[in-house]
Amino acid sequence: MMLSCKETSRLLSQGQDRELAFGERVALRVHLAICNGCRNVSAQFQFLRAAVIKLSDDGSKENSA
Amino acid sequence: MQDALLAALSAESSFAGRSNLRTWLTGILKHKIVDTIRRQVRDRPAAEQESGGDDGDFDALFDQRGHWEEAPDAWQQPEGSLQQKQFLAALEACLRDLPERTARVFMMREHLGLETSEICKELGVTATHCWVMLHRARMALRLCLEENWFGKT
Ligand SMILES: [Zn+2]
Repeated sequence: MMLSCKETSRLLSQGQDRELAFGERVALRVHLAICNGCRNVSAQFQFLRAAVIKLSDDGSKENSA
Repeated sequence: MQDALLAALSAESSFAGRSNLRTWLTGILKHKIVDTIRRQVRDRPAAEQESGGDDGDFDALFDQRGHWEEAPDAWQQPEGSLQQKQFLAALEACLRDLPERTARVFMMREHLGLETSEICKELGVTATHCWVMLHRARMALRLCLEENWFGKT
């Protein structure tokens, strides 16, 4: 199965919220190997998670200081 | 489940005195308690319910075969941005711009770290709908940060 970028973006997001099935992981990997745009989006979704954590941490630090 | 949420909510109050984000979260998570959230989710207009089922709001980004109209660029030095106060302010502004329900689900997931299954169950929506909302939040934040931070040179 070849994923479109739209489906890939959806699966990349779901990969942060649930365990993807084996077939889904394979299809993702195949698509990411050939698609720059989706690779960038993948990195961006991961970055968003780190950024929200950072935002929360900073908030608590500022107040205890 | 009730317990998990109550725990999350009381954990919130023990973080007493967090800055802006915390104030905002207090607004969305504590004052408008879960029942309110649930009611809003259930009572929302049928039209919204329908659009809640897919992520059609981002169709414009893709061509007819579902490929990017314009392939997303890599963000430059995202790690460095994390160290900048202005970046965090931009992120916070983007979070505020999300539709309220979407923001709430996203923050329950990313800030409180609740499992998707817990969030959906508590809000009385299907897992699929939850994933759609989370995807929508991430797509919207991506676009917002690109416009207000990474795209700026
Ligand atoms: Zn792609």
